[in-house]
Amino acid sequence: MPSGEESSGADQRALADSAPDPAGEVRRSAGLSRRRLIGGTVAVAGAAGAFGLGRASAGTQTLQDRLEQGHLDRAVGFHGAHQAGIVTPAQDRLHFAAFDLITDSREELIDLLRRWTEAAERLTVGQEVGDGALPDEASLPPDDTGEALGLPASGLTITFGFGPGMFERDGVDRFGLAHRRPAALSDLPHFPGDQLDPRISGGDLCVQACADDPQVAVHAVRNLARIGFGVVSMRWAQLGFGRTSSTTRAQRTPRNLFGFKDGTKNILADEREALDTHVWIQPGDDPAAGWAAGGSYLIARRINMTVEVWDRQPLADQERLVGRTKGSGAPLSGGEEFDDPDFELGGINNPVMPVDSHVAVMHPEHNGGIRMLRRGYNFVDGTDRLGAMDAGLFFLAFVRDPVLQFIPVQTKMARFDAMSEYLKFTSSAIFLVPPGVQPGQYVGQSLFT
Amino acid sequence: MPRTAVLPLWLAAVLLVTGCTSNSASQKSSEIAPEATITVESSDTECTLSATEAVSGSVRFSVKNTGNDVTEFYLYGSDGERIVSEVENIGPGLTREFVTALAAGSYITACKPGMSGDGIRADFTVTDSGKDVPAAGKDQLVEQATDRYRDYVYGQAELLVDKTEEFAAAYRSGDLAAARALYPVARTPWESIETVAESFADLDVALDAREADLEPGQIWTGWHRIEKDLWPQRAKSYRPLGAKQRGVLAAKLVADTTELEKRVGELSFTVAQIANGATGLMEEVATSKLTGEEEYWSRTDLSDIQANVTGAHEAFESLEPIVSAGDADLVETLDARFAELQTLLDAQRRGDGFVPYDKVPAEQLKALADAVNALAEPLSRVGAVVLAG
Repeated sequence: MPSGEESSGADQRALADSAPDPAGEVRRSAGLSRRRLIGGTVAVAGAAGAFGLGRASAGTQTLQDRLEQGHLDRAVGFHGAHQAGIVTPAQDRLHFAAFDLITDSREELIDLLRRWTEAAERLTVGQEVGDGALPDEASLPPDDTGEALGLPASGLTITFGFGPGMFERDGVDRFGLAHRRPAALSDLPHFPGDQLDPRISGGDLCVQACADDPQVAVHAVRNLARIGFGVVSMRWAQLGFGRTSSTTRAQRTPRNLFGFKDGTKNILADEREALDTHVWIQPGDDPAAGWAAGGSYLIARRINMTVEVWDRQPLADQERLVGRTKGSGAPLSGGEEFDDPDFELGGINNPVMPVDSHVAVMHPEHNGGIRMLRRGYNFVDGTDRLGAMDAGLFFLAFVRDPVLQFIPVQTKMARFDAMSEYLKFTSSAIFLVPPGVQPGQYVGQSLFT
Repeated sequence: MPRTAVLPLWLAAVLLVTGCTSNSASQKSSEIAPEATITVESSDTECTLSATEAVSGSVRFSVKNTGNDVTEFYLYGSDGERIVSEVENIGPGLTREFVTALAAGSYITACKPGMSGDGIRADFTVTDSGKDVPAAGKDQLVEQATDRYRDYVYGQAELLVDKTEEFAAAYRSGDLAAARALYPVARTPWESIETVAESFADLDVALDAREADLEPGQIWTGWHRIEKDLWPQRAKSYRPLGAKQRGVLAAKLVADTTELEKRVGELSFTVAQIANGATGLMEEVATSKLTGEEEYWSRTDLSDIQANVTGAHEAFESLEPIVSAGDADLVETLDARFAELQTLLDAQRRGDGFVPYDKVPAEQLKALADAVNALAEPLSRVGAVVLAG
């Protein structure tokens, strides 16, 4: 909680009273005054768009100081019907971490979720955790690790997920949750071509931190991990850059490390109906898991790309493998990027869109209308022992039901997508992202009550 | 083996190409940089060229489809029949380029919106620039190249059956030491023509699937199933196969390689396929052999690497006269790079075979990887050169 300085407490309440817009996105409005923010409930409600607070020590600076520093970068609200970091416009950077629970105590788990929630509420508006990085009491280690001092919120979102191991591990129901486990929350099956490293797969809990500044995302994960010591152990983590998906029309489609635009057909934040159909878990989807309604399943797969080999493919072959032109991203059947591919359009001996191209294999039209909300990032984790880049796409997708959506599509990709030749799947994990958090609640509270 | 059960790209791509002289690749070598670019706009009813004349030498065509249907563009000889160059499957709104070497003379251009009929034709004239155009006599070089490579592939397929029979006999009889010695020997002809052999997806899965490639419930057969049985040391609680199971696997291996030889014997190859096949073999080296994944149990990956490299070298040698006419520097570079890689491989020879993968010192393995990159980069340009004519 805040250090006790009055304006910090008000910030916290302002957060608590805010209602993010449907996209989970809150932008700062100009002309905010200190008085207005600290004032009565009407003013506080009006401050919903006011999270452009500079990151500064809550214990040493006033809100006015922070505003005058001009840290007006966007901040995204933490509260809402759904967790932020899913339909939120994809930020540029990622720090994803998976944790193992090293306690058998339900109380300790709940306490961790409370403390993580409090920290996330602060971090996502650019505040430090606990008593900050520069506490009055210099004889104590600071609560906040400090590397984000002076940095704005940078669009930080923190999204929490629960893995299968939280409900049951090796047949043991450690936290009395097994009876509330959704049937679909199980480890993914082996797919052809998987070469998974168990050390960077799975996990009982996950934290997805996305921000426009990598240091802000790293700061969030580092502090959450620190808060969790004794209850959780960090199992694996992944840094990502160069978002490979757009979640709003305003965002240009980014490129993956094959050099192609990726995620042209993604589900966007304003596709309300599609989100309900394909992304959000609905009440009644699973009788054991009514608590999960409003949540989503998160699938994380680390996909290594053999970029050196890919780079030696002629342009025309690269385009046939993908099914799109490399420049504009238009389907090979013609038009522009967002035009629908014409899979019937005949060429010499075969359709213009090759049947084994990535687009043809994965297109919803060829998969019973299945769609996923993708939110992946590029990664380069140095170089392997042969001098090849350890690089690829950290695939993140949100789906309403992995059994109906992800598993069949991934199976098909492994079997038929010619592009798979240049991919190796090296890690895999599934989590259930519980519904959004209301003020005064902790993340996942509906599961424990 | 490729993980996808479809026609490999290098073969599929060539189905789009109707003749050895056709072309869809752009040219990067400075030596034959295009003298001129002719832009072509192909609408549903018109075929508009920015110029109807060029000087002899290398000419670039940039064809934009401004119509609503798929189109293609042809350059014919003066008889209007012989295809000099072409680009196909251009979707509406898209642009495709190609470069071709043209001797002085009369030609006919054609846009074919809808890709049928004679198309919208016009005359095209190439005047003499005084430069030597290397297309002369190419047909003969192409025939020599394709004949040579075909003979090589047929020979390797035959050898594969012979060696597989020897290996299978030893394995079936329970002489596992002999089978272990014969395993890399019998695999060698397979690996030398791997990109051809894996054109047949059913046989590729039956013969060369690795454990990680399998789908749940799929029955595992072929080289790597037997490999695991011969070298189970690193397998967890592995139960060796009995005589009957060995007999079934051995018989199937022989039957599948025999079928492969039969099917390979019906194939012929274009120069584009040969070039892509060479590149594909080096891809195999980079993605599954240098990483030690291919021969996970036996550790005989270096033997596979040698076979892949030998096969790629043979493919390149078949094409060398054509490449030499188009880009002599490229030939020189590739000769040197093949030799450098071979020197590194020779250093790993022990007895009749090679050092086991896990016994290759890390820095020597990395040096091999560097040599593979150094070779594969220029090798990936051969296809464009042989097509540029």
